[in-house]
Amino acid sequence: MATETYPRKVTYCGVCTLPPEYCEFGGTTKKCEEWLEQNHPDMHAKLYSQETIEQNLSALSLEAQKRAEKDSQKKAAKAVAAEARAQEQRASSKILIKRIERNKRKYVTAVQGLEAFGLDIKKVAKDFGKKFATGSSVTKIPGGGEEITVQGDLSDDIYDYVVETYKDIPEDNVECIEDKKKKAAG
Amino acid sequence: MFKKDITPGAKTKVKSSAQRGIRTKILDTYPLLTPYIEDILPKKEQLDLIKLPDRVSLYTLGTTPLFFQHMDDALMPHLALVHRYPGCFARLRIDRGAIRFVLSGATLMTPGLTSAGGRLPGDPEDAEGRYGREDLEPGTVVVIEAEGKENACMVGVLKAGTAEMKKVKKGQACEAGHYLGDGLWALNLG
Ligand SMILES: [Zn+2]
Repeated sequence: MATETYPRKVTYCGVCTLPPEYCEFGGTTKKCEEWLEQNHPDMHAKLYSQETIEQNLSALSLEAQKRAEKDSQKKAAKAVAAEARAQEQRASSKILIKRIERNKRKYVTAVQGLEAFGLDIKKVAKDFGKKFATGSSVTKIPGGGEEITVQGDLSDDIYDYVVETYKDIPEDNVECIEDKKKKAAG
Repeated sequence: MFKKDITPGAKTKVKSSAQRGIRTKILDTYPLLTPYIEDILPKKEQLDLIKLPDRVSLYTLGTTPLFFQHMDDALMPHLALVHRYPGCFARLRIDRGAIRFVLSGATLMTPGLTSAGGRLPGDPEDAEGRYGREDLEPGTVVVIEAEGKENACMVGVLKAGTAEMKKVKKGQACEAGHYLGDGLWALNLG
């Protein structure tokens, strides 16, 4: 122990965030293993060696092994179901980019629905501000949830930016709309 | 304490006088951190406080979580800190069978520590004294390591003394304060 120098460097799993030696207890074991093999092959060789697996098994009674096995199957099923739900939600969610007229010819652009795609709204708001060099803030929506309000008429630019930056958001799920205070004549 | 996902509250800067006080408190509770405190909490850097639900405060340095505290209870180390400085805390070890219970937020039961794979202070199989020699009193903040694992999986407060555990070998040992994968672990501080 005296030879150990602090701070120790610890690797965390890119999938489940735990130290990789604990991946086996989560529901995403398979993905975790693939990640480790790609990113830290030396660690993977150690953790997933036949020897380690046998050692792990011998530490438990047969009955405890069975229970643990059942438990991990349940966890894996849960993780799969959660992933499916998230995917379904992504598929049916829409990002709305709304052009709102504040005063005559003065506009703000409101962006809603980003959270359904797992985006951190505060961070995206900051990115918008930087990208478009304008004021960008997060405001609460009366019905619950949050939206990003960007100063200026930037609907089209934001549309392009969102579609290009977040590749896993289908273009069909992003929509630009106009929010007029008065109905257009006619 | 953090079984559910948590939404962090407001983040405020800790005043420098209060920051000095926290530093002193950390070293009082965990004297083994003394050689590293300047790395962990540099005098010149700003400590932040994030309010969490149920009157828990989390102290962070930039995006690094350091300690959390329920009301005026003891300051407890975040597991990310424990992983970097494991030898600076009182440690116990659970057997492999107990790991999955701990990771689901259950209260740690004594048999997980007293079985062959577990370790309490003064264990004859622990020649290097990793798990200490002196028994620990109830109320002590302990780091829980696990059989066959390098890194700790939980931080908690002892419900029973370790001498008592060795005798009785059953009952609740340690309440889950913070464990791998819980709401505190999952908190996004970026
Ligand atoms: Zn993992």
